[in-house]
Amino acid sequence: MLGRTANGLFWMYRSLERAENTSRLIETGQRLALTRMGSSDDEWRSVLQSAGVCEGYDAAHDAVTKEDAIDWMLRAPANASSVKTSFEAARANARTVRTALTEDAWEAVNGAYMEITGLLKRKVTERDLPKVLGVIRRRAALVRGMTHGTMLRDDIYDFARLGTFLERADNTARILDVKYYVLLPSAYSVGSSIDNVQWETILQSLSARGGYRAAYGNSVSPRDVAHFLMLDRRMPRSLAFCVSKLRDNLEYLADDYGSRRPSHDLAEELHRSCAVQDIDVIFNDGLHEYLRGFIGKLGGLGRQIEMDYRFIE
Amino acid sequence: MYFDEMMGEGDAPRGPYQDLANWIEAADAADLRVKQREAEELFRLTGITFNVYGRDEAEERLIPFDILPRIISGNEWRKLTRGIEQRVRAINMFLHDIYHRQEIIKAGRLPAEMITQNEAFLPQMCGVNVPGGVYTHIVGIDLVRTGPDQFYVLEDNARTPSGVSYMLENRETMLHMFPELFSQNRVQPVETYPTDLRRSLGACAPSKAQGAPTVAVLTPGIYNSAYFEHAFLADQMGVELVEGHDLRIIDGRVAMRTTQGYQPIDVLYRRVDDEYLDPLNFNPDSQLGVPGIFDVYRSGGITIANAPGTGIADDKAIYSYMPEIVEFYTGERPLLENVPTWRCSDPDSLAHVLDNLADLVVKEVHGSGGYGMLIGPTSSKKEIATFRKKLEARPNNYIAQPTLSLSTVPIFTKKGLAPRHVDLRPFCLVSPEGIKITPGGLTRVALKKGSLVVNSSQGGGTKDTWVLED
Repeated sequence: MLGRTANGLFWMYRSLERAENTSRLIETGQRLALTRMGSSDDEWRSVLQSAGVCEGYDAAHDAVTKEDAIDWMLRAPANASSVKTSFEAARANARTVRTALTEDAWEAVNGAYMEITGLLKRKVTERDLPKVLGVIRRRAALVRGMTHGTMLRDDIYDFARLGTFLERADNTARILDVKYYVLLPSAYSVGSSIDNVQWETILQSLSARGGYRAAYGNSVSPRDVAHFLMLDRRMPRSLAFCVSKLRDNLEYLADDYGSRRPSHDLAEELHRSCAVQDIDVIFNDGLHEYLRGFIGKLGGLGRQIEMDYRFIE
Repeated sequence: MYFDEMMGEGDAPRGPYQDLANWIEAADAADLRVKQREAEELFRLTGITFNVYGRDEAEERLIPFDILPRIISGNEWRKLTRGIEQRVRAINMFLHDIYHRQEIIKAGRLPAEMITQNEAFLPQMCGVNVPGGVYTHIVGIDLVRTGPDQFYVLEDNARTPSGVSYMLENRETMLHMFPELFSQNRVQPVETYPTDLRRSLGACAPSKAQGAPTVAVLTPGIYNSAYFEHAFLADQMGVELVEGHDLRIIDGRVAMRTTQGYQPIDVLYRRVDDEYLDPLNFNPDSQLGVPGIFDVYRSGGITIANAPGTGIADDKAIYSYMPEIVEFYTGERPLLENVPTWRCSDPDSLAHVLDNLADLVVKEVHGSGGYGMLIGPTSSKKEIATFRKKLEARPNNYIAQPTLSLSTVPIFTKKGLAPRHVDLRPFCLVSPEGIKITPGGLTRVALKKGSLVVNSSQGGGTKDTWVLED
C-alpha cells in the first residue's frame, strides 16, 4: 500500500469520527440549554472547549451565543473541525484513497457528503437541529457499517481503525479534561444538583448514559464516571478501550508486515498507562496532569505512525 | 439532411434498432423520465464527475447521460474494427520510424518540416527502443458517421485518450436500470476492458522487470478533470494509483513509497502529459512528474504507457497525412476514410479556407476538447470575422475541414424522442500479443438541438453503445 494511501485512510476516518463527536457535543449542549433554567451561554463555551475549537471561535466572535456556537461547530468554513469541513475532508481523503475503499464504503462516504453539505448549505434552524444532528450520526454510522461489513481485514482496515480510535481517544480525553474539576473527589462532597447535571452531561456527550447505568446502577458518582470513561474496557469510547484498539491494530500491522516499529512501543506505553485498575491512583497523581499527559502521548503516537508507515516523504 | 441511425431514411426503424423501437413504443414516458432521473442519481453517488477547467476548482459536474442506447450491428462493427486495427498498426510503425530512421521522410511521403517544426515531436525519443516495440498502448479513434456505410476518422487520440470509464459505467447503469433490454438484445460485453488493459500493460513490461510485472496508474491528483477515471481504472485493474510525489528513482528503477518502503514499478500507465512527466528532462516547473524518470525509461527500467512523444501521431496537421501513412507502412489501402482536410500552412489551401470560412470547420493543430475551433455554419458573422484574424495571423496553427453531416441518434427529452448528433470513440489496446478493440466505445452526443459539438466540456453528453451479436 502507498504511504500516501495510508495517510488518506487515517485522516478520512479521523475526520468522520470528529464530525460525529462534534455533532454529539452539539446535541449535549442543546439538551442542556433546553433543560436548564436561565442563561446557558457559559455552557456553550465549555462545549466549544470540549470540541477544541474555542480559540478559533473567539477570534471570529465577540461573545459566546448559542446560535453562533452551533453554527461555528456545524458549518463554519474557518473551523477546521466543523461538521461540514470534517465531511469535506473525509470525502476529499476518500477520493485520494478511492482505490483502497470498497464501492460500498466509497458510496457511503460520498452519499454522506452530498446529503450533509446539502443540509448545511444554510444556517440550521433550532427546529431542524435535531433532524440534522440525527442525519449526521446516521450517515457517519453508515460509513462505519459499510467499512465494517465490506472491507478486507488487511492493512487498509488497520489504518482506518487507527485513525478512528486515535481521534476518539483524543476526543474523550479532551471532554474529560475540560470538565476534570467536576470529577475530582472534592466535587463529590459538594453533591449539588448542578454537579449532577455536569456528570450527566459528560456521560451524554460520550453516548454513555445507558452504558453507565447498566454497569454502575442509577447513582452517579464522579469516581465511577471517571473510572467508566477512562478505565472501563467495555465502554467503546473509554480511553482504555480506544488504546487497546490502537494497540491491536498496530499488532495486526506488525504481523502483516513482519516487523515492529517505534510506534508499537509508544502504543505499549499508552496501554500500560491505562492498565491501572484503580482510579484513585490517577486522582492522587492529579487527574488533569494525567489527561494532559495522555493527550500528549496520543499526539506523539500519531506522529510516530505517520513516520513509521511513510505517510509523507 | 442527416442520417438518423435509428430511423434511417424511411419511417421504419433500421434493423439493429428494431427491438429498442418496440420497447420504447411499449414504455410509459413518465416511467422513462423517472429512470432518467434515477440514472443521474446513480452517477452522482458513484462519483463519476469531472472538473471543468477554468471554473471553480472544487466544482464537479456530471457528464449528462442519455438512457437510449446507440446501437451498431455486428456486421458494421467487424468492418470498423478492421479499419481501426490497420490504422493503429500504422500509427505504431509510424512512431517507430519517426523516432528512428525516418524512412517516410526519405521516401518523400511526408515533408520533413511536418516533424522538425512540430511541437509534438519529442527529440529526446530519437533512438529510444520502447519496450515491446509498443508506442500507443491505449488508443481512442474518434469516428463519425454520415450515412449507412460511410464512416470517417475525425481524430486519432494517441496520447492519453480518456472516457473509457464512462463507457464502462454507462453499461453498468443500463444493466442496472433496463435488464429486460439486455435479455431481448444480445449485446457484446465491454466489462472485460480493465482485465484486458492490465494484461496488455503487463505484456509490455521492460527488460529489467522481474517476476509478475507491477503496474501502476500515474495521476496528476484529485483536481484533475479526469481523476475519477484514473481512480476507477486503477481500482478495476487492482493496481496502485500513484502521484508524482509517491515516486522516486532508486537503483535505476522507478519506485513507489509504500507503507513498507520503496517498491519498484514495471509499467506506469501515466495520465500526465509528456511535458509534465519529468522536470529534469522536460518542463522544469512540473510538480506532477518524477525527476529522472525519462532516464530510467531510456535504460529499460520502466515502461511508460503511452510512450512519450506519441503526440506527433495525433497532431491534426499529421492527421491530414494519415492516408499516406497507412499506405506507406501497411502496403494496404486505408480501410477507414479521413475527413478531407485543408492545411492552412499551404497558401493555396489557406486562400480556399478564407474564402469559405462560413461553410468549414477550422481547428487548432494542437487543440483538443473542442476549444479554439470555429464551426462556420453555426457561427455569427462577427465570430467568423474574429476567427479570420486569428487564422491570418497564424495560418500554420490551423487546419480546416468541411462541415460533416454527422449522423443522429434519438435522445430522450421532456418532449419525447429527439434526434441529436453523435460521434464514437472506440478504445483499442496494443501489446506485443496483439491489438484488442472493445466492442462499442464511448458515444458522445451533442445535447443541444442542431449542435455538432459533442465534447463534454461544451455541453455534450454520453450514451451506452451497443454492438450486437449477429
